[in-house]
Amino acid sequence: MTMGADIWVYIEHAQAAPKKVSLELLSCARSLSTALGGNVVAFVPGSKIDRVIAAVGPRGADIIYTAEHPLLHPYTTDGHAAVLADAVRAESPAIVLVGSTAQGRDLAPRVAARLGAGIVTDCTTLGWRDGKLLATRPMYTRKAIGTVRVTGGGPCIAVVLPAMYPLPDADSPRQPEVRRRPVQLDGKAIRTSVREVKSVHRETIPLIEANVIVSGGRGMKAPENFAILDDLARALGAAVGSSRPPVDSGWVPHDYEIGQTGKTVSPQVYLACGISGAPQHLAGMSGSKYIVAINRDPNAPMFQVADLGVVGDLFEIIPKLTEAVKKVKSGIGD
Amino acid sequence: MDFQLTDEHRMIQATVREFATREILPRAAALDHSPTFPAEIIQKAAALGLMGMMVPERFGGAGVDAVSYVLVQEELARASAGVQTIITVNNSLVCDPIAHFGTEEQKRRYLPRLCSGASLGCYCLTEPAYGSDAMSLQTSARRDGGEWVLRGTKIFVTNGVEADICIAYARAGPEPGARGISAFIVEKRFPGISVGKVEKKLGIKCSSTAEIVLDDCRVPASNLLGEPGTGGKIALSTLDGGRLGIAAQAVGIARAALEEATAYAASRQQFGRSIGEFQAIQWMLADMATRTDAARLLMLRAAYLRQQGTRYTREASMAKLFASETAMWTTHKAIQIFGGYGYNQDYPVERYFRDAKITEIYEGTSEVQRLVIARHVLGKNVIGDS
Amino acid sequence: MNIVVCVKQVPDTEAPIRITPDGSGIDETGLTLVMNYYDEHATEAGLRLREQFGGTVTLVSVGPERAREALRTGLAMGADDAVLVSDPALNGADHLGIARVLAAVIKTLPHDAVICGKLSTDDNAATIGAALAEYLGLPQATAVAHLEVDAAGTGAVVHREVEGGVEVVAVPFPALLTVERSLNEPRYPSLPGIMKAKRKEIKILTLENLGLTAAEVGVAAARTALVRLSPPPARKAGRIVEGDTEQAVAAILAFLKDEAKVL
Repeated sequence: MTMGADIWVYIEHAQAAPKKVSLELLSCARSLSTALGGNVVAFVPGSKIDRVIAAVGPRGADIIYTAEHPLLHPYTTDGHAAVLADAVRAESPAIVLVGSTAQGRDLAPRVAARLGAGIVTDCTTLGWRDGKLLATRPMYTRKAIGTVRVTGGGPCIAVVLPAMYPLPDADSPRQPEVRRRPVQLDGKAIRTSVREVKSVHRETIPLIEANVIVSGGRGMKAPENFAILDDLARALGAAVGSSRPPVDSGWVPHDYEIGQTGKTVSPQVYLACGISGAPQHLAGMSGSKYIVAINRDPNAPMFQVADLGVVGDLFEIIPKLTEAVKKVKSGIGD
Repeated sequence: MDFQLTDEHRMIQATVREFATREILPRAAALDHSPTFPAEIIQKAAALGLMGMMVPERFGGAGVDAVSYVLVQEELARASAGVQTIITVNNSLVCDPIAHFGTEEQKRRYLPRLCSGASLGCYCLTEPAYGSDAMSLQTSARRDGGEWVLRGTKIFVTNGVEADICIAYARAGPEPGARGISAFIVEKRFPGISVGKVEKKLGIKCSSTAEIVLDDCRVPASNLLGEPGTGGKIALSTLDGGRLGIAAQAVGIARAALEEATAYAASRQQFGRSIGEFQAIQWMLADMATRTDAARLLMLRAAYLRQQGTRYTREASMAKLFASETAMWTTHKAIQIFGGYGYNQDYPVERYFRDAKITEIYEGTSEVQRLVIARHVLGKNVIGDS
Repeated sequence: MNIVVCVKQVPDTEAPIRITPDGSGIDETGLTLVMNYYDEHATEAGLRLREQFGGTVTLVSVGPERAREALRTGLAMGADDAVLVSDPALNGADHLGIARVLAAVIKTLPHDAVICGKLSTDDNAATIGAALAEYLGLPQATAVAHLEVDAAGTGAVVHREVEGGVEVVAVPFPALLTVERSLNEPRYPSLPGIMKAKRKEIKILTLENLGLTAAEVGVAAARTALVRLSPPPARKAGRIVEGDTEQAVAAILAFLKDEAKVL
């Protein structure tokens, strides 16, 4: 397979809107294209994708490839792997960028194996050096940062963590050309079937997309106390997470967990409430831009990584903070 | 000379360390502050094979050796000395004497239940007037047809409230001292046995300590453990194993104190640096670590000898004596390192300190251990009996 | 039902790691190595399927000889057999290479389901499972948080944790599944289990035994290489506020507005 210089972004979408991380990767692709010289290509697979295309349009791609077929919605590994692999074979991009989401991590390794493409996952930065893709990624539960080079010929696939690249503004002067790739799919080739997608009832936004995360630990003492974090999160427009003990105690569901055995997040602000700061938790959140910790134990290890540490009773502080944030947001007072 | 544990020892140790860290440690403080019997933990421990560790597999036990046994007891005690007390009593004071001295029928009837967690055992030796001087016990057993009738009061019985199977010692013959004593397997459902006063204790609070009243308790003759008149021998041999379990408990407590104090010394900042950078603290930690290691080596030596089938009374006493005094000393130093924080219940070191004290008392006080050791040193009988 | 579980030996995540001075990897001296946490859940899933349907659970690993210990853990949990592919020619192999080796082993074993952990906690790549499914030609379901196999054992309905929801997917067997930690609570190896595992044999294979060559799966075929490993940027402890509730609230509010700029 010969290799071109184009950089592709696999656009994941839901409810007719592209995922935030997919748009962020257009920024990543743009910075790589300065070194490679190729086009930034948005690859949009799915069914009835006009609104997705319209949303991707002004985000700075040079070309939009579409692969449209009724069998491409909802997402299945077999369906999407087939169209992505075919398109990559046909067009030979240098790099395919995929967001590190449940879908991206399901798809990318399968396509890489099919194509014999070099694959590097959970990337935090990507660069182009001496004609090779160079990626950094957390390893050993964030106790180390690995720099990985993709070697050999042919396309490579990079799965990139959310919130690593800026969301491009929707005002790019580029008018991407939309090229519709023909899709041939046999229903029999799709072996799995999606029965339903249940949205987990959460008043707040998904953790890995959140700009601000309010997180509770053992210091929350009881499941009902997470309500004060929900209130604060609502006021801040934040997501609510937790360390492992509340999950293990059954106070909050598994998908709240941030840490080595849960999610890895890197929001702008991480507000840790009653979390001591065990290494297992730090592994999931130490990539946050700013960390604020509230804990009554002045010796909590969390204070050693926090930009702002507050020693005090979170049950008094959080409700008052919520009120203060509401006032600021509504423009009342300071 | 080889100080390496085998692969199986290390795997057993690692498994139980993880079990204790995940299942026991998070509940240890609550079990101390509002003492309740940790039934769920005991069931999980049984599923792991921890309730009858040295019992052969054909009787439902895990069939592991004595070194594995003490390694496991150390891990359990490091998480909660109270929980470990419950488990070590079931193992060394109840399963072991039945496995060693019981008839095939007794083993088949009692060991699988004790190993699976369906039953819990307790050990009824001490009486109000006879503690260290246990061989003078006065509970009586008289034969009545196909039964023995036991009468007397036993105190300080660990697991006394929850246990349903008791090893009880009583005087069944006219001979004075150890030679008149017989051992019995007494079920709580037998007529005439009841739980009396339940003690409120300084430490190991989640294990019950109770008085067991034998009021003409009727025990089938087939529940005599060993030969008539061998109760003293059974009691003393059982105590050797029991002392190993207590040595391991003390090592576990000492290690917990050392670990907590080390972590605290590294994180606590005073005068602009961590307190672990001060020699005053370093010396305490160094002494704590040295004594804990020494205690563990004595414990392992005694366990090794037991495994070899050699007499290990002297070594078990040394291990128990040194480990329990090390636990007391180390937990005392740990509180000192923690300062004011160590004195309150937000940190576990005050609990370690309270738990440690019992190790100097039960299954032979430090004074009794010194008597046993001195007897071996002098090569003669200095306390009279046996 | 015959189940194959893929297992990797990794450094214990509770322990700190030391990066070698040249940044080529981590210093293994004194390192505690354990079965990858997610693989414990995969093993548990396999054991439960065996309890439900009968059959066997076979563990497969690729790694140095010491990886035997991780397999021993799985055997002590109750797995029937274990295979380790250990060959110095695999030094420097990439994930796709390792997946090819696993596929070669698994092709020789009866398998209704192949179960992997979602990721391994050393390189956090989450790549092997889906790549292995491709090489085996099996349908896949990754990040499985709930698993229900139909009574006839012909397929499963799984829940996958996706962002903001749960995807319910039907997958026919034979299939490859990668599992989340919330799928189950792995059993501890029991003491009798450890004693039994001691007596089981772990089969050790080389590339030659599998009809593979270093050129196909070794470093020569690798498409990725670790250039260096570095410590993460240290976070400096910031300001500490100890005061009454008003002061605390004011400090946090000012921080969110002026430094973090999220208000």
